[in-house]
Parts: sequence; C-alpha cells; structure tokens
Amino acid sequence: MKNEGKRRIWQEYQKEIPNDHYFYVRSCIRQNFFPASEVMFLKIMKDELGKDIYENEYHTTCSGIGYHSDVVPLETTMTVVARQFALMTEAGYENFAASCITSFGLYSEIMHTWEEFPEVEAKIRENLWKATRREFKTPKHLAHASDIIYKVRDEIAAKAKYKLVNRHTGKPLKVVEHIGCHYSKMFPSKGVGGAEYPYVLTGMVESWGGEIIDYPERRHCCGFGFRQYLVKANRGYSIANTKKKFDSMEPYHPDMIITNCPGCPYFLDRWQYAIAEMEGKTYGENGFGIPVFTYEEVASMMLGYDPWDMGLQVHQVSAEPLLDKIGLPYDPAKKYQGLHREDLGKPVKPGCLKVY
Amino acid sequence: MQKVAIIGGGIAGMEAAGQLNRLGYEVVIIEKNNVPGGNVANWDRLFPHQRPAGEVVRTLEHETENATIIKGKTVINFEKSGNICRMELSDGKVVTANAVLITTGFRLFPAEKKEEYGYKIYDNVITSADLEKMFSSGKGIVTPSGKIPEKIAFIHCVGSRDEKVNNRHCSKVCCATAVKQACEVKEALPESEVFCLYMDLRMFDRHYETMYHEAQTKFGINFIRGRLSETSEDNSGRIVVKCEDTLAGKPLKMTVDLVVLMVGMEGEGNRKIAEVFKIQMGKDGFLDAADDYLNMTQSSREGIFLAGTCTGPKNIPETIAEARAAVSDIHVFLNRQQASV
Repeated sequence: MKNEGKRRIWQEYQKEIPNDHYFYVRSCIRQNFFPASEVMFLKIMKDELGKDIYENEYHTTCSGIGYHSDVVPLETTMTVVARQFALMTEAGYENFAASCITSFGLYSEIMHTWEEFPEVEAKIRENLWKATRREFKTPKHLAHASDIIYKVRDEIAAKAKYKLVNRHTGKPLKVVEHIGCHYSKMFPSKGVGGAEYPYVLTGMVESWGGEIIDYPERRHCCGFGFRQYLVKANRGYSIANTKKKFDSMEPYHPDMIITNCPGCPYFLDRWQYAIAEMEGKTYGENGFGIPVFTYEEVASMMLGYDPWDMGLQVHQVSAEPLLDKIGLPYDPAKKYQGLHREDLGKPVKPGCLKVY
Repeated sequence: MQKVAIIGGGIAGMEAAGQLNRLGYEVVIIEKNNVPGGNVANWDRLFPHQRPAGEVVRTLEHETENATIIKGKTVINFEKSGNICRMELSDGKVVTANAVLITTGFRLFPAEKKEEYGYKIYDNVITSADLEKMFSSGKGIVTPSGKIPEKIAFIHCVGSRDEKVNNRHCSKVCCATAVKQACEVKEALPESEVFCLYMDLRMFDRHYETMYHEAQTKFGINFIRGRLSETSEDNSGRIVVKCEDTLAGKPLKMTVDLVVLMVGMEGEGNRKIAEVFKIQMGKDGFLDAADDYLNMTQSSREGIFLAGTCTGPKNIPETIAEARAAVSDIHVFLNRQQASV
C-alpha cells in the first residue's frame, strides 16, 4: 500500500467547509438508532467549540428514503427540500449542515439538478410558493455534519482527554472507517477525499491517534442499501452483505468501526447479533463483537463524555472493550438508567454474542 | 536547400526524416526527450511477431543520420512569415524551416486517474508500460512485492472507451498488446494462471486473430468479458479484483498476485502544440486533420503537416505509412512553393 498515492487523491478532493454558522437539520432515523449522536454534535460544536449551529423544530424529513424507494416522486421531494432551504433562509443562514448522509446526497443531487436545469428550480419555487407561500435561497455551502467534525478535528484533538490508542500497549487502535454510500459515491467532488478513498473519517482517526485499516471489502455496502432491507424478502441479501464485510475485515483484527451514515452503524452493529445467532460467528475479541460508533460518539469519547450520556448503551455490540482500551471510565451500574436516572431495565442477553 | 522541421522524434518523425533526406531536403528534428523513439522506445517486444522494439527504433534512428536532432527541447513559439516558419525553442534558440511536420504522438493514459483501479496505491497494480520495463530488465517477472506471480490479470481498456475519464476513443493497440503480454507472461511462467478482462477484443489487423487464437489454444489464457469495477488489497498484498462476467451474467471476484492495466493512448499532450502552432485540436486532445477521409496529413494551417498518433491511435505500420504519406504531401507542397517563388 502506498499512502502517498492516497494522499495525492485526498489533495484533489478537498471542499470548502465553513468553520461556523450553520443551519443544522437532523436525520429521521438517527434519532431512533443512535439518539445521542446528534445531541453530542450540537454539544461539541456549541459548548466545546463555541460555534453557531442553529436548528429549527419545523424541519421535516427530506423524504430521501421515500425517493430512493420509489414511493415519493422527485418533484415532491424537491419541493420538500425547497421548504428546508426556506427555513434556513428565514433563519438568516447560508450554510446548510445535514446530519443524514442520504439527505446530504439528496441535497447535493437537487442543487446540482437546479444548476443544470434552472427551469426545474423555477417550477419547484412555484410549487413551494403555492403550497406554503415560502421563498428560499439555495445554500451557499452544503456540508455533511461529518465534514464539519472533520474540519474541526484538530480543535477536538487539542481538547481531547483520550486518544484512539490502546492504553495497555501504547499502540494506535486499528480502526475500520465506513462511509455512507450517499456521501460521495454520487458526487465524488462533494466529499472530502472523493469516493474511492474517502478521507473524511480517516482524517478524524488520524488526528485522534488511531490507525486506519484498508481491507478488501472496504467500499462494500454496509447491508442497509434501502431495497435490501426495506423489502422484507430481501433482508437475507442485507445480512449477506454485512457478513461479507465482516469476513473481509476480520483478519485485520479491528478494534472498532467508525461511520458517518445513519444506516451503516445500525446495520453493522445489529447484524453482528443476527449473524452470531444464525451462524454462531462473532468478530470481536473473546466472543464479543466489533464495536461500531458514529463519528460524533468517537469525538465525544475523545473529549471524555460519559459513555451513557452519549448513548453507547443502546448499541447491540458492547462498547466496553473499546472503552477499556482507551481508558474512558464508565459506571456499569448506570448503564441502563434513563435521562433522569430512572431504571430502564436490562435487556435480555443474546445467546451467542457476548455482551457486558 | 529547402528545410523541414519535424516536431517529435518518435517513429513517425524518424521515418519521415529519412524519407525527406532521401528526397534532398534538409531536416531538423526537435525532440522533447533526450532519447528518440517516443513511446516505442519504452517497449520491449512488439506484436504480432515479437520483434524487439529496440531493433525497430535503431533501424529508424539509422535513417535519421543525415538529420539534425535537437534533443530535450520543445517549441514555445511559432510564427509564419511568407514561406518561412520560425520556431523559438525552450532554450531560446530559433529554428527556421519551409514546412513543419508534427509527429508528437500520444501520451499513455495516466492510470492513477482511474482511482478505483488502485494504480500508485496498491503495490501490485502496474501498467502495461511497467510490464514492458520488467520484460526489458531481463530480471524475470516478479511482482513489486518481490513474488513470482502465480495469478495475473490483464485489464483492457484502461482510459479508453471510458466516458468517465473523458476518453471515448478506442486506443486500438491495447487489445493486441494485452494478448502479446499475456502470452509472454505465460511463456515465462508456464504454471501461472493468466486472465484477460476485456470489453471487446479488437483484433483488427492481419496476424492479430492468429495471436489471439494461440493465446487460447497454445497458452491457455483465460479471456473474461467484463470490465473491472474495482481493485483492493488483501492482507497479504494480493489484489482482489471485482468485475462482472457479462457472458455468464454474474459478478466475479478473484484474488490475483499482479494486475496489469492496459493503458490507452491520450492526445492530451498535444494541447500545447495546438496552442503554439495555432492548429485545430479535437475535444479528445488529438490534432484535427484537414480531412478525416482524404487528407489526414494536412493540419488546419497551410505548411504544417501531421503524421502518426498525434491525430489518433494507430499501430506501427499505420504510423510508418502515414509518415511516408506526409512526406509525399510535403514534397508536393514545397515543390509548389518553390515554383511560385
């Protein structure tokens, strides 16, 4: 492997990411899958780094999943997106930050479509006006939230209390990075590092002391791939894809996986339980799974937040082996307590996959 | 004595120089590299009969013994005043001539532009040009990892017929080169497994089909119709190749020790020439001839002639034939010029 070759590509795919002042839109599904990730993003950006990130309660789904599943027509989707832009415009912002990868891909696609076909944009403006009496400006800059964390990765590193280093051995942790398909596969120039060797998560891991693993199925889908999962009959295909990735990364003995998509951490996490149940196969050390994190969770760990405040207890694969490696303390007794420290009850332990 | 300046000392330039000398013209060749022979000089053996490329280059070099060769220089400025062409070179010197023949050829497609193929990223992904160097070295076929390869995949059409890299054209010679190289590998390493991943096999000239037939019957090379989608590296440094076998209609994944990318021809290197000489260049980077059917050797500007692969992909016999045709046209042009004076 020649890292200088990758670095040459990374230099070619750099995008302008504003340092501050964003209108932030949450993801429909992340709030259910990994509910604290978006909270941690806002906390880090606002409280730790003092940035101006604004969100609005009137924001709705971008309808991306419906669009990619062929149940929402593109014109409708574009009008929904135009409304999000109108909310941004009304709030006085020009920079738009999406939490969701599919939303980011969809916004990129729509903005590009409007550049190429101004008559389509005019039609959507008319639709939005008729439906809501709203007007909008297209964002001056569109960023995925992981672009922003990438941008401030060194600021986070400067404040970090922990590193992606095994405190027992002193060696960098071996990290698998997995990029959501809609981040840069459709528009390589819109993603940091392009589509083939994306740098957005690699840059974070490098800044925070870890070491990236490049394994043969690195580019392969996590297994979500909307139609693979949304159509119940296709779910065997979904888990087969996930298994293919894990079989491919297993010889490298990764300590953890970092992701930037709503679906990827969910499927890479939950399917480890299902694979263990179906095949008796686990991929982590000593019968555990390989912990899977969102980039916000990893940033929060570096900054020393309580693992249970960042929502690591809702992961299927136990995060504790990784927390032990980096030395981040946690209180097992508080793992299943709610926001107000009420007892939520412990989940039933799986039959095969070892959990804490 | 009337003088002709030839821009480019590849095989077309050298062939034309010899012919022009024989017709009594003074010839100056301006070559950007320090050695003549162009791309052919970087090749080991040539299809279809495995003739050493060096032998072809040396024979043509011999033809140029009466020509002046300026090496390591490029033309940075061109002016035409009456019948005189005035060229300023990169070292500030000036060359004048009565006619100019451009034989600047092609550049090999930079394979790293196909990012997903992993050239300059994965150690064991090389180009056809790298393999020729390996052949020329005489040190045998060894992967960059230092292993004698047991499984080798040749990937056709790298940078050719590919809209993604803005090259719609077929580079014409890569299919035959792949078959030649595959046979050479198999000859050197009879126990190896050799695969050619192709879109179409364009065996367009005499002897080429025979070579392709022998590749299958004598050498047992596996031809798979399918375009490479991506490569990746496994933990032993071997290359995982993914493509679709379009005849079987199935995705295909295999792990090989060495991937050879059959890089095509690009005209892009001619952009500067087109700007300096103020002649027309197509969107594909190749220079435009006055007439694609009846006059391939005349450029869009009087007194400036074209030959060889600067106007599009060609094999060696076509290049040589076109160089001679250009000489004939220059001869007629200069005779007319002299008669008018």
